[in-house]
Order: sequence, then structure tokens, then C-alpha cells
Amino acid sequence: MTIRHHVSDTLLMAYSAGQLPEAFNLVVATHLSLCDDCRARLGAFDAVGGAVLADCGAATMPESSLEATLARLNNPVAAKKTQQRGDLPAPLLDYIGGGLDAVKWRPLGLGVRQAILSTDRAASARLLYIPAGHAVPDHGHRGTELTLVLQGAFRDATDRFAKGDLEIADEDLQHTPVAEQGPACICLAATDAPLRFLGLIPRLAQPFFRI
Amino acid sequence: MIETLAPEKPDAWSAARAYVAPGTGAGRRRERPVVTGRNEGNGPVDPDWAAMLALVRDRQDKAAFAALFRHFAPRVKGFLMKSGASEALAEECAQDVMATLWQKAHLFDPERASVATWVFTIARNRRIDALRKSRRPEPEDLPWGPEAEPDQQAALEMQQDTARLGVALAQLPEKQRALIERAYFGDLSHSEIAAETGLPLGTIKSRIRLALERLRHQMT
Repeated sequence: MTIRHHVSDTLLMAYSAGQLPEAFNLVVATHLSLCDDCRARLGAFDAVGGAVLADCGAATMPESSLEATLARLNNPVAAKKTQQRGDLPAPLLDYIGGGLDAVKWRPLGLGVRQAILSTDRAASARLLYIPAGHAVPDHGHRGTELTLVLQGAFRDATDRFAKGDLEIADEDLQHTPVAEQGPACICLAATDAPLRFLGLIPRLAQPFFRI
Repeated sequence: MIETLAPEKPDAWSAARAYVAPGTGAGRRRERPVVTGRNEGNGPVDPDWAAMLALVRDRQDKAAFAALFRHFAPRVKGFLMKSGASEALAEECAQDVMATLWQKAHLFDPERASVATWVFTIARNRRIDALRKSRRPEPEDLPWGPEAEPDQQAALEMQQDTARLGVALAQLPEKQRALIERAYFGDLSHSEIAAETGLPLGTIKSRIRLALERLRHQMT
């Protein structure tokens, strides 16, 4: 798997600083699970956080706080293994409650399906299932939309996106992602604002489907 | 400050490792490996925190933990207060962060992070829990444990590069440094964050990349 589309510096630094909505965190963490380049870049941003913490000035801790902490230390716990189980990276498994076969898909029409994942309300996350050759309706965005390919591939006016690739779409991008021939394209998508569909019918359907 | 990161650090790390005396509680009473950097007369020197953490990991050494606590807990508290936590909450969270450091010492990888960096990641996650009551999914764990021997030279270079990064941060123009600090204190929304820091992040990134490659190689 060669990943060509990566997390931007801005998103990585915001993830490192802990300033992303949960749905964006999920997309970034899933991409990082597939991409050691971005994992290393995140490590560099975390090092900036370490330098800030080391240098930001110490506050006084009472000596009793050390005793209190020592008193509650237990035997170290064994590492919790969150190894990849089957077909999806570990961060997603928690949200789905299993692998791809555990996803509760709902039809969106024309063979396209989605499953909304539960996150805090600053942004929303969902899985999209796009059969080969099908398109997600033409849409723009009010905010930022992140789309990470988990299986298959799609193309839009900007480029081709295959497994592990992340598309970062802002307000300026109107696009119609089309799934390539082959296995259905499955994506993890997150937005910090509702999508804006151009056609009348999808717009009416939008509140109903929560996309 | 950089040259005071003593050349004997790798020895301290290996001493800490060689020191594991399985099943002997008496181990704690034996001579300690040297865990302070060499002082070249240039003022105070940071102890070798990575070696201290190795003592915590390998021997549940409470003296080493106390030293780490005295250094890092006040900084975590300061960091959390600058992030908007009340003093009481910041103090409570600083204790939680240090307890987590004890619990998860086996996950620390000196080839990929300095102790300060690692403490920061724990403090950040605690802040998200406490202040935003939100979840932060983490990337998939890479297998890491005491049985995997870190490359001492790589670990030393990582610690040195991180020290250089701290110096570079301190030397940035005030305005630029304040912007970076505000980002990490959680003062800026993700759309306000400017990732162009002017800091030398390339070498650190390359080192972590190499460490990940070594790790992946061990896994296969």
C-alpha cells in the first residue's frame, strides 16, 4: 500500500495539541495507524508539545501530593493489546464495535450506504459504502471534510484516492467522488459542518439522513 | 545545554537495563546506576530522565519515580493551569498523569520520544478527558515492551535532538513562540493553528521514522 495523500501539518499539529473534534481525531488516528510517515511527523509535533511543557513554568506541588500519588501506585498493568483484528485499523474497531461485518449500514439510495459513528457533536463521523462505479451526490462543504479510504478507491476532480489516502476538502471544493471499478469503496468521513448538496432532492433528504 | 547531555547517558540507560534483578526485592538497595548527566561547569544539568523511567519500569523504583514526580508534576500542573484548569483540578490531574507514567512505563520508547514529550502526551490526553470531556482515539499501538532492546545510540540522539528543539523554541521571536505555546495550551482552535513553526522538526521526524522501521522489521 503506497499512501499518496497524507494528513496536513496543520491537522497533525492540532491533533498533537489536542484541539481537534473527536470525529477528526478518529480519522487522523486511523490514518496514522496505516501510515508511519505521518506517525513520525506527529512525533515531531508531540516533541514541540514536550518542549512547551518543559519550559512553561512549574507550579508548586505540595509535598503531600507525592505521598498521595505514591500511595495509589499499583502494579503496572500489562500492555493492552489493541492489535488490528481483521480488516480495519484499531481506532475504528471501538467505534464500530467490531470489523466491517459489524457495521450497521443504512441505505442512502443508488446503492450508496452509510453508518454514522457516535462522536461528540463538534463534528460528525460516518462510514460510507459506495458500490463500484457509483458516485456520492455532488456536494460542497460549509466546513472541512476529511475522507479516508479504507477499501477500494475513488476519484474526483482533484485526484485518485486509494486505501490509506486522506482527502482534505474545504469550503472551496465542489466534488463528486466516484468509486472505481473493483471492490466497493469504503471510506471514513468526518465533517465539522453539514454537507451542502447541490441537487434539490438530496437537500430535502439531508436532515433526514443526517449527512 | 546540549553538550551537557552527557556522553555517559547510553551507559546509564544500559546500566539501568542491566540492572534488572528478577525477583529480588533487595535489588533496590544495591548501588544505583549513574542517572545524572555530567556537569561541565555550565550550570544545572538535567538528570537522565529516560534512565530514571527505565528504573521505574524494570524495578518499580519509587526513588526514581519520586525524582521524576518532583521534576515533571509541577510542570504538568503549570501546563494544565495555562490550559485553563483551576489550580485544584490541575494538581489532581498532575497526580493522575504521574500515576499513568508509573503504570505505562513499559510503553515508553526512548528511540521515539523524550520523557518530556511522553509526559506531554499523557497530560494532553488527561486534559481532553478533564476539560473537554471528549474522547481522543489514538493510533494503533505498536508492540513495545521491555523485551525489545532499544538502540542506545538512537535513543541518545533522540534525547539530544529534543534538547536542541527546546533551545530552538526558547530562541524563537517572542510573538512566534507565544503562538506555538497558545496552540499547545489549547488556546487556539484547529483552524487558527499555524503549523509553520520555524522549528527544526525534520531531524526528529527522520529519527522516529527510522525507529519505526526498526520496530516494523522486528515485528515481521
